[in-house]
Amino acid sequence: MIPDLGKYAAEVGLAYAVSIALLVAIVGLSWRQSKRQKAALDAAEARKNG
Amino acid sequence: MSLWEYANPKKFMGWTGPILPWAFGAAGVCLVTGLIWGFFFTPDDYRQGSTVKIIYLHVPAALMAINAWIMMLVASLIWLIRRHHVSALAAKAAAPVGITMTLIALMTGAIWGQPMWGTYWAWDPRLTSFLILFLFYLGYMALWAAIDDPDTAADLTSVLCMVGSVFALLSRYAVNFWNQGLHQGASLSLDKEENVADVFFFPLLVAIAGFVLLFFALVLLRTRTEIRSRRVRALQLREGRR
Repeated sequence: MIPDLGKYAAEVGLAYAVSIALLVAIVGLSWRQSKRQKAALDAAEARKNG
Repeated sequence: MSLWEYANPKKFMGWTGPILPWAFGAAGVCLVTGLIWGFFFTPDDYRQGSTVKIIYLHVPAALMAINAWIMMLVASLIWLIRRHHVSALAAKAAAPVGITMTLIALMTGAIWGQPMWGTYWAWDPRLTSFLILFLFYLGYMALWAAIDDPDTAADLTSVLCMVGSVFALLSRYAVNFWNQGLHQGASLSLDKEENVADVFFFPLLVAIAGFVLLFFALVLLRTRTEIRSRRVRALQLREGRR
């Protein structure tokens, strides 16, 4: 299943690992910040209304 | 209804909420398809060997690094001309995504460069203008973080964005301007002779669609976060005055 990457296996593997890690990091970070701000806004709205 | 009404924060939150899961879903499908197709089901290049598989990451990321800055420029100009708060927040939201794309392009380029050029880095026109673009992204984000007043921050970062656009364009056309350096010409071209072979082109196209959709989805998500953050700040200021 894994293609034979020959003598460049380390370079190709590293390029994919670094890129996927960075993509996952930006998605995860954006998601976490979104959840955090939503909770902060809900709390602020509740204080304003209550 | 005018197009500008969609930029009203309340309307923006209304129309972006339902499309966000679809945008992330479409981005995921295209990214996974493009990368699996490219990694597992395309042959090695006769000169580059298996390093050609890095193209499916490097080219889409480089494309998005430049286009993210162009999107920030358009949003900044809209802010400066029409004072639409959502456009300033969209520019701010795009910067961390753009810098991630720039970093991917720089790192995958360096990893590919070592076996192909014999060096991770060269002060080549395209590589250098890309490094400067990366520094502009850093400066842009630092400026937003350094200024407390959001409108002043939006004004100053918009001006910085206009200056940085020179390097965004240079990083795209540097190869054409200066016919020197290590970096080859564009991988994608309307000229059949110049364009990459079909066997690499189609999975590359799917990967590019994945990167574009991911950028779109992330900018929507992050702009919504910025709008909420602005609202929290306004409520806290109101509470403080009581």
